[in-house]
Amino acid sequence: MERTPARRARWTAARLTGIRDETPTARTLRFSVPGWPGHLAGQHVDVRLTAEDGYSAQRSYSLAGPADGDTVELTVERVPDGEVSPYLTEIMEVGDEVELRGPVGGWFVWRPESAAPVLLVAGGSGVVPLMAMLRERRHAGSRVPFRLLYSLRGPDSRYYADELRRPDPGVDVTYLYTRGTPDPWPRPAGRVRLDDLAEGGWPSSFEPDCYVCGPTGFVETVADLLLTLGHAPERIRTERFGPTGG
Amino acid sequence: MTADHLDGNALAGPLAELFAVDVTAATGRCASCGLAGPIAALHVYGPEPGLVGRCPGCEEVVLRLVRGPGSAWLDLRGALSLRVTLPE
Amino acid sequence: MAIVSRGFRGRPRAGGDRLPPGQYLVEDFPVLSAGPTPRVPTDRWEFAIDTEEGETHRWSWQEFMALPQERPAVDIHCVTRWSKLDTHWEGVSLDVLFEDVESAAEYALVHSYGGYTTNLPVEDLLDGKAWIVHRFDGEELAPVHGGPARLLVPHLYFWKSAKWVRGIRLLNEDWPGFWETAGYHEYGDPWREQRYEGD
Ligand SMILES: Cc1cc2nc3c(=O)[nH]c(=O)nc-3n(C[C@H](O)[C@H](O)[C@H](O)COP(=O)(O)OP(=O)(O)OC[C@H]3O[C@@H](n4cnc5c(N)ncnc54)[C@H](O)[C@@H]3O)c2cc1C
Ligand SMILES: [Zn+2]
Repeated sequence: MERTPARRARWTAARLTGIRDETPTARTLRFSVPGWPGHLAGQHVDVRLTAEDGYSAQRSYSLAGPADGDTVELTVERVPDGEVSPYLTEIMEVGDEVELRGPVGGWFVWRPESAAPVLLVAGGSGVVPLMAMLRERRHAGSRVPFRLLYSLRGPDSRYYADELRRPDPGVDVTYLYTRGTPDPWPRPAGRVRLDDLAEGGWPSSFEPDCYVCGPTGFVETVADLLLTLGHAPERIRTERFGPTGG
Repeated sequence: MTADHLDGNALAGPLAELFAVDVTAATGRCASCGLAGPIAALHVYGPEPGLVGRCPGCEEVVLRLVRGPGSAWLDLRGALSLRVTLPE
Repeated sequence: MAIVSRGFRGRPRAGGDRLPPGQYLVEDFPVLSAGPTPRVPTDRWEFAIDTEEGETHRWSWQEFMALPQERPAVDIHCVTRWSKLDTHWEGVSLDVLFEDVESAAEYALVHSYGGYTTNLPVEDLLDGKAWIVHRFDGEELAPVHGGPARLLVPHLYFWKSAKWVRGIRLLNEDWPGFWETAGYHEYGDPWREQRYEGD
């Protein structure tokens, strides 16, 4: 079921066709990319911006859901003083163009024909490629059980809040707030701990495929905790977004 | 842009400019310590001045990729071998 | 031809005649790294110059700190296009370190804790053009910026100013370093924009 034909990647033009605010600092961008070849859940694209004088900058962004024909979606968190993310989240308007290279990355992907239970652990914007896996699961009608542990600052920082609130049989979602919780809330605010993964994840004996994505420090911590809980290293796939993780 | 590293996944785009198969899903063997694993699991430093992929076991350089105008330089000296899964 | 993204400007790119071609000015001090940051305690630090005849000159941290110190104020230029003006350093001139070194070698290969290397002609290290520095902006040089000590050769692109410097090998033949074997220019003069091999 490899939907991405072998070919070398080139930069192609993508036109912004829609914007949806996820949080006060993050938005989902919908692009039309003529000739889009399709992609796997978890893959990303490289985005290149070029200024009038030829200066250019490029960054990676995960594909947020299954492709819909020539339409793809990214969700971008604004990094204060960043070069690229403030452009994508504040300046860009419908009709504007960027260049995309992709889809790329064949390791941090989930395929619907896979039968192993899945544990998704997201930190902040790291939820984007994991959401693509949840959406792909639904899209493909897979029954594989999924658990999502989503670490974030507070209730206002939730991406895809409405969609994740809707019941999805076989999918459990647990929010781990780091700064402020809704009132009342069983778990005090704080960074992800061993207990969170022990209670909200799968026992290692179930041999789940674990996908961990977010800021570099978060991914490091979670990967270590998963190893401590006995998950096999080859079942833990990570995607570090960088220092802030966007 | 700090001392923090990314994963080999971040090499997918730059390598896809050079190769028609996804090299990040291939299995590489470290020339220093012999550890084998997916290129996607390397510790990647960069992207500037160049991408440096290091072995997660011993931190030795497995792969380097520099992209200049009109050329790319790829150094795979630190990889004993690359195993690429191909359809029959 | 790349497609222009309307309204994208990128980092401010001020000009001015202190900026080499293609460079832009930064106020902060970006950190670029090719690997994990080595932590080298000064009681285990040493710096060595090895000559082409196999002679070694060594300095412990104490010996190095007892040498005459200078305070260069220089502009630095990174090949990734940022430049920083009037940076203040403190350290030992390589003229001092080379005082007793007998060598006719033309080439130097600088090597660092952590395995990094870079090459340059010996003459670019001498005559007040290069230092081994251990303080930046009045403070101890932070490990991410190359502390305890780094090479400072401000007239070349900054990748030549090896962080975590450990020693210099003097050679009769040029031996390209870490970035020089991966596409970057042998010499790296920012004013001639010698970024990549062949520039
Ligand atoms: C494979 C992959 C997939 C990604 N997917 C997504 C995604 O789906 N959504 C998303 O929003 N992002 C994603 N990212 C992150 C994204 O690529 C960018 O890194 C991010 O958007 C920031 O880019 P920027 O140009 O705005 O900031 P930059 O200009 O790159 O950096 C901002 C500035 O702030 C500094 N800085 C950054 N963090 C800190 C910090 N913690 N403390 C102090 N200074 C800091 C930097 O050094 C830099 O000077 C992904 C990254 C990777 C590698
Ligand atoms: Zn190794």
